[in-house]
Amino acid sequence: MLYFNPWKTIAIILVSLASLLFAAPNLFTKEQLANLPGWMQMRMGLGLDLQGGAYYLLELDTEDLRKNWIDALADDVRQNMRDEKVLFTSPTVVGNEVRVTIKRDDQIEKAYEKLKKFSQSNFDVFSGTPDVEVTREGKTIKLMPTEAALNNRITNAMGTAVEIFRNRIDPSGTREILIQRQGENRILLQVPGVSNDEAKAIWEDKINKPAVLTFQLVDQSMSVQEAREGSPPPGSALYKGAANSDEEGQFYLLQKRVIVSGADLVDAQQSFKQNSTEPVVTFRFNMSGSQRFAKVTRDNVGKPFAIVLDGEVISAPVIREPILGGTGEISGRYTVQSANDLAILLRSGALPAKPKLVARQTVGASMGADAIASGKTATLWAFLLVALFMVIGYGLFGAFSIVALAVNIAIIVATMSLLGGTLTLPGIAGIALTMGVAVDANVLIYERMREELRSGKSNILALEAGFSRAYATIIDSHLTGLLGGVILMWLGSGPIRGFAITLSIGIIASLFTAITLTRLIIATWLRYVRPNVIPL
Amino acid sequence: MAFSFPKPFELVPSDTKFPFVSFYKVCISLSGFAAVVTVILLATIGLNFGIDFRGGVALTVKSNSGPANIAKLRTQVNALGFGESQIQQLGSPDTVLVRVSPEDSQGGSVPLQGEELRNQVQQKIAAAIGDGYTVVDGQFIGSTVSKELLHSAILALTLTCFGMFVYIWFRFEWQFAIGAIVALVHDVLLTVGLFAAFQLDFDLSIVAALLTILGYSINDTVVIYDRIRENLRKYKKMALADLLNLSINETLSRTVMTVLSTMLALIALLIFGGPVIMGLVFAILFGVVIGTYSSVFIAAPFLIMIGVKRDWSGNQQVGGKTKATASV
Repeated sequence: MLYFNPWKTIAIILVSLASLLFAAPNLFTKEQLANLPGWMQMRMGLGLDLQGGAYYLLELDTEDLRKNWIDALADDVRQNMRDEKVLFTSPTVVGNEVRVTIKRDDQIEKAYEKLKKFSQSNFDVFSGTPDVEVTREGKTIKLMPTEAALNNRITNAMGTAVEIFRNRIDPSGTREILIQRQGENRILLQVPGVSNDEAKAIWEDKINKPAVLTFQLVDQSMSVQEAREGSPPPGSALYKGAANSDEEGQFYLLQKRVIVSGADLVDAQQSFKQNSTEPVVTFRFNMSGSQRFAKVTRDNVGKPFAIVLDGEVISAPVIREPILGGTGEISGRYTVQSANDLAILLRSGALPAKPKLVARQTVGASMGADAIASGKTATLWAFLLVALFMVIGYGLFGAFSIVALAVNIAIIVATMSLLGGTLTLPGIAGIALTMGVAVDANVLIYERMREELRSGKSNILALEAGFSRAYATIIDSHLTGLLGGVILMWLGSGPIRGFAITLSIGIIASLFTAITLTRLIIATWLRYVRPNVIPL
Repeated sequence: MAFSFPKPFELVPSDTKFPFVSFYKVCISLSGFAAVVTVILLATIGLNFGIDFRGGVALTVKSNSGPANIAKLRTQVNALGFGESQIQQLGSPDTVLVRVSPEDSQGGSVPLQGEELRNQVQQKIAAAIGDGYTVVDGQFIGSTVSKELLHSAILALTLTCFGMFVYIWFRFEWQFAIGAIVALVHDVLLTVGLFAAFQLDFDLSIVAALLTILGYSINDTVVIYDRIRENLRKYKKMALADLLNLSINETLSRTVMTVLSTMLALIALLIFGGPVIMGLVFAILFGVVIGTYSSVFIAAPFLIMIGVKRDWSGNQQVGGKTKATASV
C-alpha cells in the first residue's frame, strides 16, 4: 500500500493541484475574474439565501389546459361543419368529449369522414396512436382526446411556459435566473438580486399574466343591455373592458370566435402614434394571420372589433378599411414603460395555462451578505480548530491529514464550480461539517497504526497494516453516510439541497484525500526522511 | 527550517478496560424511557412545526429604531384575525421573525388562493405594524406544498433507515442490522423528542439534520461492528460480553477523537454561523452526542440481547447466546 509508482504519484498530485486551481476563482471578485482566461472563470453560483433575490414555485393549471384544448376542439368542429355546409346542432362539451349532432341523415357520413381527420396525430409523427378518438353514435359524432395526447400537450405546455417566463423576465439573458420544471406541473423560478418590491412587480406583471391576446368581432345582433339582462346569443359572450385602458368600465358583446390571436404575432414593439408623443404598441402578424385578418376586415368594413387581452377588452376600434398589410397598433392609456411591458408580453407569447403561486420566498440582499460573512468565519474557525486538534492528537501525521483536508475542501469547491452548483448557507455548513467528518478516515488509519506499532510490528509493516486494515471500515462507514446524503439531495430543495450536495461531495472526496493523498504524503516522507521512530 | 512537531498527545490511553457492556441494561431502560416520553410528547403538545410543514407566511421584519417590541407586535398581528401568530427574535434584537398560518386558524372556512393569501397577509401585517418596521424578507408556502414536504421528509427518513438496515445486513449479519436500526431509531426519536420538549422550531433544515445524524450514527456503529466482527473471528472462545467490551475499548480512542473533531467544527458553526442555520447545527450537535452514545451503549450490547453466532468460519446459522459466563 505504501508503494506508488511515478505515474500514480503524478496523477494524484495533478488532481490535487487541479482542484486547487479550479477552486481558486471563487476567491476573486467579479472584476478581477474578468481579467482571467475563459477556463478559469467557473465559479459556484450563490444561492438565494446568500445573494438575495426571489424564489417562486408555480403550478400550472393543467385542468385549465385540458379545458382550453377541448373548447378549442369544439370551436374547430363548429368551424369545420360550417365550412362544409353541414347542418348541425351546436357542439357541446360533456366531460372530456365534444359531441355534435348532425341534423340531416344524408350528411352524417360526410360529416363523420371530415371529422375523422381530427384523429391525426399532431405531435407524434412516428407512433400510430391517434390524438383524438372519433366515434359515431347514431346521429351524434363524438370526439375525445386521448390521455396520451393530453399528457403530451401538458409536457409541451410546460416547456413553452418555461421559455415564455425566460423571455419575459430575462430577455437579454444577462440576469442569472433559474427556471426549472419540477415534477408534472410545477415550475421553479429564481431571480437573484431583486428587492422585495421588485419581486412583487415581477409576479404581477410578468408571471401572473397569461397574456392571451385575441382579436374578436363585436356581435351587433343584440345590444349589450339585452345581452346582460337576458343571455348572449350562442357563440358570443360578454366581455369587460380592462382597467387602466380606454375601455374601462364598458361592456362588450363579442363573438367568441377568434379571428387572429397572439400566436399569430410575429413581432410587437413599443412605438409612438404618428405625429404624436402618445405611446402605442405596434404589431405584425405572420402570413396566415395577415390573410385571415385581411379577409375579416374586408368583409366587415365599418364594423367594430375588439382586441382582448386575458379576457378583457383593451381596445375596440372600428374597421375603417381592410387591413391587408397584417400590421396594426394598439393605443390606449399607455406610458412608454407600460407599452414596452405589453410589447414584451406579446413577444414572449401567451402562457398555455394560468400559473398559481404555491410557494414564494424573497431574501433581502443585506441578509445575504451577512450570511456569507458568517459562513466564511464559521468555516475558517472550523478549519483552524480541527487543524489544531489533529496536530495535538497526531503530531506530524496530523499535519499531513490537514493538508489532505485542505485539498478535500478544494475538491468540493472545484466540483461545485465546474458543475455550476449553487452554494447556500446550509451548503457552507455542509463544508464545515465535512471537515470534522473527513478527518475521521485519517483518525481510523492512525489509530490502527498505533495499535500495530504497539503490538510490535516493524515501522513499515505497521503503517501498511494501518492503511489496509482501516480501508474496509472506511468504505463501509462512508458509504452508509453517503446514503443519507443522497436521499437528502432528492428530498431537499434549495438551501437544504445545497447542504446535501456539499456534504456528499465531501464524503466522496474524503475517500480520495484521506486515503490516497495521505498515503502518498506518508510514503514520500518515509522515503526521504527514513525515520527510526514513527512519531505517532 | 528546523521545526519538529510536538509529540502527539494521546487523549485516550490505549489500554482502557471500561466495562461498557455492563451498563447496557441501565442504558436500554433509560433510552426506552426517553423514547416513551418522546412519543407521549409528540401525541400531546406535538412538534412546533415551521411553515415548511404547516404552510403560511413568514416575514422577517427589522425595526427601524432600536430593539423590536415583540409583545406589541404580537398583539397587533393577532388582532388581524389570522390566528395565533408566532413572533421570535432572529439573531440581533432588532430583527424579528413573524409567522402566521392562516389556513389552520380559519378552520377551513375560507381557503384563500395562494397569491391572495400572501398579499393580504403581508400587506395587512405591514400595515398593522406601521412605519417603525421594514419587511426585509418574506416567505410563503402553500399548504399543498407543505403537506408534500412533510410526507417527503417522513419518507426520506424511513428510506434512509431501511437502506442502512439492508446494507448492514448485507455486510454483517441480521443481528447486527437490527442492533443498528434500534440505535438509529433511538437517535431520531430522542432528537425529535428534544425539539418537542422545548418546542424548538421544526422545519426542513431539522429534517436535514436528522438525516445527517443518521449518517453519522451509522458511521460510528459500523466502525464498532467492524471491530466486533474482527474480534469474533480472532477470539472464538471469548465470552460474548467480554468480546464486545474489548471491541468497544479498542475503538474508543478513534470514537473520542472523531466525535471531538466533529464537535469542534459544529461549535464553530454554532458560534459564528448566524441565526439562520442555528437550528440545523444545534440539532446535529445534539445528534452527534446521542449517536455516539447509541453506538457504544446500545448498538453493540444489543448483540448480547439478541445473540450472535460465534462461528464465522462456516455458513451455519447458529443463533442464540453462547454459554456465556456472566462475568462482567
